[in-house]
Amino acid sequence: MTEAAAASTLRRTALNATHRALKAKMVDFGGWDMPVEYSGLIAEHMAVRTGVGLFDVSHMGDIQFRGPASLAAVNRLCMNDASRLAVGQAHYSAMLYPNGTFVDDVVVHKLSENDYLLVINAGTREKDIRWVRDTVGSMPGTHINDYSDYYTQLAIQGPRAAQVLQKLTDTDLSTIKNYWFTWGKVCGLYNVLIARTGYTGEDGFEIYIPSDEPTSARVWNEVLAAGAEFGILPCGLGARNTLRLESAMALYGHEISDSVNVFEANLGRYAKLDKGDFVGRDALLAVQAAGGPQRKLVGLEMVERGIGRDGYRVLALDGHAIGVITSGSPAPFLKKNIALAFVPVEFSALDTKVAVEIRGQAVKAKVVSTPFYKRTKT
Amino acid sequence: MAYPTDYLYTKEHEWIQIDGTNGTVGITDYAQSSLGDIVFVDLPKVGATIEAHKTFGSVESVKAVSDLYAPMSGTVTAVNEDLNSAPEKINTDANTTWMIKLTLSAPDEAASLLSAADYETFVSEETGH
Repeated sequence: MTEAAAASTLRRTALNATHRALKAKMVDFGGWDMPVEYSGLIAEHMAVRTGVGLFDVSHMGDIQFRGPASLAAVNRLCMNDASRLAVGQAHYSAMLYPNGTFVDDVVVHKLSENDYLLVINAGTREKDIRWVRDTVGSMPGTHINDYSDYYTQLAIQGPRAAQVLQKLTDTDLSTIKNYWFTWGKVCGLYNVLIARTGYTGEDGFEIYIPSDEPTSARVWNEVLAAGAEFGILPCGLGARNTLRLESAMALYGHEISDSVNVFEANLGRYAKLDKGDFVGRDALLAVQAAGGPQRKLVGLEMVERGIGRDGYRVLALDGHAIGVITSGSPAPFLKKNIALAFVPVEFSALDTKVAVEIRGQAVKAKVVSTPFYKRTKT
Repeated sequence: MAYPTDYLYTKEHEWIQIDGTNGTVGITDYAQSSLGDIVFVDLPKVGATIEAHKTFGSVESVKAVSDLYAPMSGTVTAVNEDLNSAPEKINTDANTTWMIKLTLSAPDEAASLLSAADYETFVSEETGH
């Protein structure tokens, strides 16, 4: 198949032509034709750490639950306890299979007393929606809608993000705390969902605007213009990946999947086992009863020269294979080569010396604490 | 960026500048542009022998690893050590940033390499524009 023919079968966000006009390098990401970088991955990564960057994340999916049984449905589907959310608050959660592994990780937003929005991953959209309908679709009192194609979702991220977005809205952004949201007028559009969320480890916002092309392009360009004084850069999926990796956030298909359970992925703090039954709970209780998981996700930092990458094997110092890297990359801000990897618990203590097999060579690395990068809150 | 006409090229996007029985090897501007920000190079040691069409090292950007293929066979006489600390020089100027120098063991291998014009055509066919 030619590149042009392959591209035509891919899905596009409303900003596809805008990305191409900016001469972005485009890639197939989970069936989507998405920008991987514009001016360069490192520059984009640094813009988000030190200034501000703009991402098109419209490929993410959105499932809305409405009706009196919505809380019960969300709490049956997801491991975190949505009853703890106030209206206008969001939290990290996940949908699990009965065996305690991941359908997907999600951000749950409480829109009103009987109204929840789940933001889900792009590559798992169809699977997630089927899973939701199969699992809670028959519950009386909740109406489930897939709004994935209704929104263009923009992420404005970085220490200058609030200053940039404040120029485009009369909503006082300083009143929105981390992982809270509100509705406000943005770029002349009324009732835009403005959430103080993101996937970069920085302060920032995600806004949900109508997905028609002219509106999407207009708002995109207005954000870039508002950010020009701070050196804003459009950022692609390449920087999105290195930013989330420095912050040790999970990526579906890498750190979490249908063969990884919640405790292995170090996400047990988001599983509220005491909230009542939910899909996957029994399996998690069994893992706990058995004394915890056999393997754990750890942070690695390369000690010797070399870059551990996704899928590379982790070795004990005697050379035998003990695990595998789920995500590995140079870290542009930290200027180190870092990775997340599954290793047996006996190799998970901080400062444990291990090696990574790089093209047949054992290259030394050590277990370090995560997140690799933590922003200093102001 | 234009491809120097006094170099020869591989379909794996390396260039070689030949001077008698000496060769200087780097990667093309198309290769550096496809890779993105280069952060790491792994090159052979001086004295190593390398064989045409076989890998002699690798170059890594933030997001990808790419093998380096020898345009011609020979013995490594010099390695650009600057690239250990400043691999991004390859992004800045791929045409003049060399990786290794060789004493060529089979100079007639040059006949199988691409000219600048042929390479440019090859790249435009590969990318479809």
